[in-house]
Amino acid sequence: MKSKREAPALKEGRYLLSGNEACAEGAITAGCRFFAGYPITPASEVMTQIVNRFPEVGGKFIQMEDEIGSMAALIGASWGGIKSMTATSGPGFSLMQENIGLAIITETPCVVVNVQRSGPSTGQATKVAQGDIIQSRWGTHGEHQSVVIAPYSVQSAFDLAVEAFNLSEMFRTPVIFLMDEAVSHTRETLVIRGGYQVYDRINNGETPPFGGKLVPDMPRFGEGKKLLITGSTHDSKGERKTSDSRAQNDLVKRLNDKIEKNREMLERYEEYRTEDADHIFVSFGISARSAREAVDRLRADGIKAGLITVISVWPFPDGIIADFSKRVKRIFVPELNLGQMRTQVERISRCDVIGINKVNSEPLYPSEIIEEFRRHK
Amino acid sequence: MKENPVFNYLRRESLPLKFCPGCGHGIILGAVARAIDELKLDMDKMVFVSGIGCAGWISSPNLNADTLHTTHGRAIPAATGVKTARPDLNVVVISGDGDLATIGGNHLIHAARRNIPMTVICANNSIYGMTGGQTSGTTPKGIKTVTDPQGNIYDGFDLAPLVKAAGAAYVARYTTFHVRELIRAVKTALKGNGFSFIEAVSQCPTHYGKSVGQQAAEMLTFFKEKSVTIKRAKEMSPDELAGKITIGEF
Repeated sequence: MKSKREAPALKEGRYLLSGNEACAEGAITAGCRFFAGYPITPASEVMTQIVNRFPEVGGKFIQMEDEIGSMAALIGASWGGIKSMTATSGPGFSLMQENIGLAIITETPCVVVNVQRSGPSTGQATKVAQGDIIQSRWGTHGEHQSVVIAPYSVQSAFDLAVEAFNLSEMFRTPVIFLMDEAVSHTRETLVIRGGYQVYDRINNGETPPFGGKLVPDMPRFGEGKKLLITGSTHDSKGERKTSDSRAQNDLVKRLNDKIEKNREMLERYEEYRTEDADHIFVSFGISARSAREAVDRLRADGIKAGLITVISVWPFPDGIIADFSKRVKRIFVPELNLGQMRTQVERISRCDVIGINKVNSEPLYPSEIIEEFRRHK
Repeated sequence: MKENPVFNYLRRESLPLKFCPGCGHGIILGAVARAIDELKLDMDKMVFVSGIGCAGWISSPNLNADTLHTTHGRAIPAATGVKTARPDLNVVVISGDGDLATIGGNHLIHAARRNIPMTVICANNSIYGMTGGQTSGTTPKGIKTVTDPQGNIYDGFDLAPLVKAAGAAYVARYTTFHVRELIRAVKTALKGNGFSFIEAVSQCPTHYGKSVGQQAAEMLTFFKEKSVTIKRAKEMSPDELAGKITIGEF
């Protein structure tokens, strides 16, 4: 079976879409044909876009009774051989955590969109925040890896949604698509040029379903394979091993290794005016958009500033940031929380790391970033 | 000697069953296997979904078909995902009362409301067995458990009428004493075109039996003596029906 193919993309052209709508279109381009969801602000437009477009592509949609059920349905559908997605925000994302763990241990590809809003709890449902960085890494219990992709624009919401599905299929793991309210509701031009590459899970039957190589081949229901799929610790055939210490060790280590040993492919970021930079901003999502504008304004004043936009929030792009920390004076981390990404930068940096933080449910403005920059420079 | 046809539907390497001596769940497994055998269904096109608890072990790993063993209470939404994505497959959920009717109760009534074609079999032993005998959503009032040492102060769910009221196309209740009726009900459910629910009242001698002072055989005798058909129940007063198990197709 060929694992790579040309995507049936949106027709080439220019579209005016929101981040939520672009994310749904990217998913459809990636081959997503199952969506289970539950209404929540500010993520609902992902679901309504899917509802409007699925009849044209033969997708199956179901509105579930809650987010727990949505996540469970994704796992069932994905083992049926169908690429699956859900979309939610903080409260729903919290409810999904247990079954995200089930998707991790059963190595079930699926994409979970989390449009971040202000929290904790109900917080301010219509307002922006970036407070789910650590939850997207450690929301579900137990030792595990997480793959988390953050778009920063309507264009990247589309492009990276395709990529999120590809990574999910390639590594047989759930991928969290971490948007924020501002990116999701911003309406801007999306340019479709075509030529998107789509990756499908490998189903050659060359390995048992849960072992034999770092990412085993993935069969599906209805093929006579008599699959044993379980959230309990299991061996390569899927047989439950509820107290075998070696089986537990082997499974946890392999699930870790399949991500950790592929960091090169998984660490994603974009550099902007970094070549000769003395000061680097490390940011993501809507805050990276403001930081980019701040870089341009600082450059106009003769200050050599640059930006690393983090795309793979997890695994965090340690390598590039550690390298820059050896040659820049300071790293600034603008984000809409009190330092969730900053602690990651600090973990790997040799230079001073300074947070630029805001938690009043408004985005960081470029002027605020510049003001904080000048205060510390 | 001719081999019991049930073995054709079991994953032999998973035998012997992991249930306690006298547990009713093996009877339910046997009834499901016999129903499939009598209908000559293609096991390659069946998916069995279960949750957590003793009854989560009835289909997984014992039935020799595709199995999906999920998180606690979430078998039905996972099965909903399978059936929605793959309508060509025959999807069956087998799980317990703690799983389907307590932590997962909301999924149960919504699945019944949607009437998506699938079979849900609730092995109802009216207690949490795996975790040591705590009160479940179907434990009757007055029954002593480790979390209600003075006796359960609340009523348990009357599951079959609950699921019927929620919109299920087919609902039946039998006990592990009524094996022939149970097989017949499973066959009707497996052939159905809507949401089919079977409440299979089961015995847990280890915990429930200990509480009420009954061993497995006594519990089966209790099921036999306390069961009344729906037809007979209609002629009985609520007082006469107290403590009885109404069986039949609802």
